[in-house]
Amino acid sequence: MVTFNLLLNAVVTGILLGGFYAAVTVGITIAFGMLDIVNIAHPVFIVMGSFIAYIVNRNFGLDPLLAVILAMPLFFLLGIVIFRFYYAAFEKSGKGSLRGLAFFFGVLFVVEVTLLLAFGVDYRLVQTSYIGPNIGFDHIDLPLRMVIPFAGSITLVTGLHLFFSHTFIGRAIMAVAQDEFALSLMAVDTVAVRQLAFGVAIATAAIAGGFLIVIQPVDPSLGREYIGRVFAICVLGGLGSITGTVIAALILGVIETITSTLFGPSWAPAVSFAALLLTLAIRPSGIMGR
Amino acid sequence: MTGHRIKQPFLSRRHFGRALVGVGALAASGSLPLSSALGAEPIKIGFGMAQSGPLGGNGKAALLAIEMWRADVNRRGGILGRPIQLVYYDDQTNPALVPGIYSKLFDVDKVDLVLGGYGTAVQAAALPIVMQRKQLLIGTGAVAVNEKYNYDKYFQMLPNGSTARTSTSEGFFQAAVSMQPKPKTVAILGAVTEFSRNVILGARENAEKFGLKIVFDRGYPPNQVEFGSIIRSTQAANPDVVFVASYPPDSAGVIRAAYEQKLQTRMFGGAMIGLQYSELKQQLGPMLNNVLCYEFYVPAPTTDFPGIKEFLHVYQERATQAGADLLGFYLPPYAYAGMQVLEKAVETTKGLDPTALAKYIHANTFDTVVGEVSFAPNGDWAKPRLLYVQYQGIVGNDLEQFKRVGTQVIVEPQEFAYGKLRYPFLASD
Repeated sequence: MVTFNLLLNAVVTGILLGGFYAAVTVGITIAFGMLDIVNIAHPVFIVMGSFIAYIVNRNFGLDPLLAVILAMPLFFLLGIVIFRFYYAAFEKSGKGSLRGLAFFFGVLFVVEVTLLLAFGVDYRLVQTSYIGPNIGFDHIDLPLRMVIPFAGSITLVTGLHLFFSHTFIGRAIMAVAQDEFALSLMAVDTVAVRQLAFGVAIATAAIAGGFLIVIQPVDPSLGREYIGRVFAICVLGGLGSITGTVIAALILGVIETITSTLFGPSWAPAVSFAALLLTLAIRPSGIMGR
Repeated sequence: MTGHRIKQPFLSRRHFGRALVGVGALAASGSLPLSSALGAEPIKIGFGMAQSGPLGGNGKAALLAIEMWRADVNRRGGILGRPIQLVYYDDQTNPALVPGIYSKLFDVDKVDLVLGGYGTAVQAAALPIVMQRKQLLIGTGAVAVNEKYNYDKYFQMLPNGSTARTSTSEGFFQAAVSMQPKPKTVAILGAVTEFSRNVILGARENAEKFGLKIVFDRGYPPNQVEFGSIIRSTQAANPDVVFVASYPPDSAGVIRAAYEQKLQTRMFGGAMIGLQYSELKQQLGPMLNNVLCYEFYVPAPTTDFPGIKEFLHVYQERATQAGADLLGFYLPPYAYAGMQVLEKAVETTKGLDPTALAKYIHANTFDTVVGEVSFAPNGDWAKPRLLYVQYQGIVGNDLEQFKRVGTQVIVEPQEFAYGKLRYPFLASD
């Protein structure tokens, strides 16, 4: 029987889950929404972040989230290298869209196979003090394993929001996203700005990877499970909107857990995607799209 | 004379001596068969085996066991005086690749015998091709593949038996009704996948058979991330017993959620794939305490089959280098035992004729590292022997403790039971 407590817990858990989805999607929002780069390989970079957290946690006992924070600069540089290659091979010659998609498919497989060769096919988990304990308020039970990634995710997206709205470089990225041609007429090196933005997008994958391995076991092919979900959230939120991404992620998270509680988890994907279609039918540009 | 060179012998005496020592060392190590050195035609055994994809971990472990068998046999001089040669390809846990692999094995590699890869889906894809060629197929790790075909040359090395759908959960329900007072209600949950669906159908039948009322029955999609809400809903139904049929990532998710939510029930567990793997055992550690799950093998005086300890000793030594499961309790002994069955059949029938081999395997009982094995007409084990094990006294995350008797207590079947079922289930124990 569905009680008020059950529903309340479902909503709260959905919010925590949505927060995690926001962290996983925000990189796609930057790459796909702002830069128009269909980086279908983003989830596999998240898995790569998870494996870095795993190695550091296992070998040095360091907290997985601290490990991925330390790895963020490396991911940023990796993003810049990938962008340089992508730009030189595709964008420069005006073959960005479809061939770029094929390129990122290739990147996805290369990274996945590399992880496979390096770590094997086993599922990996991490050990931290916040996996296992709960915190509770009245009738609500919150697993710390979900609360910490949620808090981290909100910090991440808030930081990104402030970066894009309050810093010179952030505003430059937003300007490129809005009208790259106009900016290039003003002698702005838009390629450098895009490169920086793509680096930021990949850097977010590192931290999302830390959240991922705290929440669930990870294997090299796990990224594929997230491709549909992250693009759906990005589109639902309105391409390129950080706030929209957070709202969409929270909506999908809550829909998933409520559906799971009321009708069973099997219905959750169907209901989530029905909500996506309905929203797009009413508002084709997404929740916060312009 | 100019322009004339004295011909050097192809192999000088000194080099010949070195080569002989080298060949001898290789042969002794099993890397090069003794009979190969004598030039006998090898017996080629071909198969696809997952080395990547979702079931790649099991595939690697099974392959290591088969390689160990090959080395053992070649060290003894081969079978029928012929060394064993393995020809295998990574099927990537992808059934779509299997027809191509087996066609190549038969047509290009010209193998003498074939084995099945790991898992139901890949063996189901291989069986029609093997049937077309009227060949023998011994597989490990598939359920009910031969149910529709009833192919007489198919054999399955899995202790689920010929009634796998119900036998997979039977031990769990038998353990449940042994509790006092007898439980009245059960919750069933599982992934919406082929394996879980079959197990859940069997669990429903068993619930009825053992007189338990199903008060909660839900599936979840394979990419489920969050299990807290499922456990909460399960708890709301207040079942006496909770049965779960899950895949590795879900098994970890469900156990963590049950631990976090402090699930209150009398018995919790089921057919949870993944808990048999070293990595998950080690990582979940004390969260496993009081969970009841199936295993194929755990150390206990009742499972001290001849040769199993020696097999596991060698396997565990090689597992790290091979990137395979470190304990090797799940699949490797069965993969090795399957090869022992094949070896015995080939030796006794003195040939590779599939019909003669199949007839012999059907008619006999085999002594293997997993005990005595005989087969039902459909090729599954004649008598199911899935062990239901309760994890008890797990402390910390040391893998070595799982090698000790008593941390994985066999409660069903009674023939192998060693220890007592603890109840009610205490997630925080």
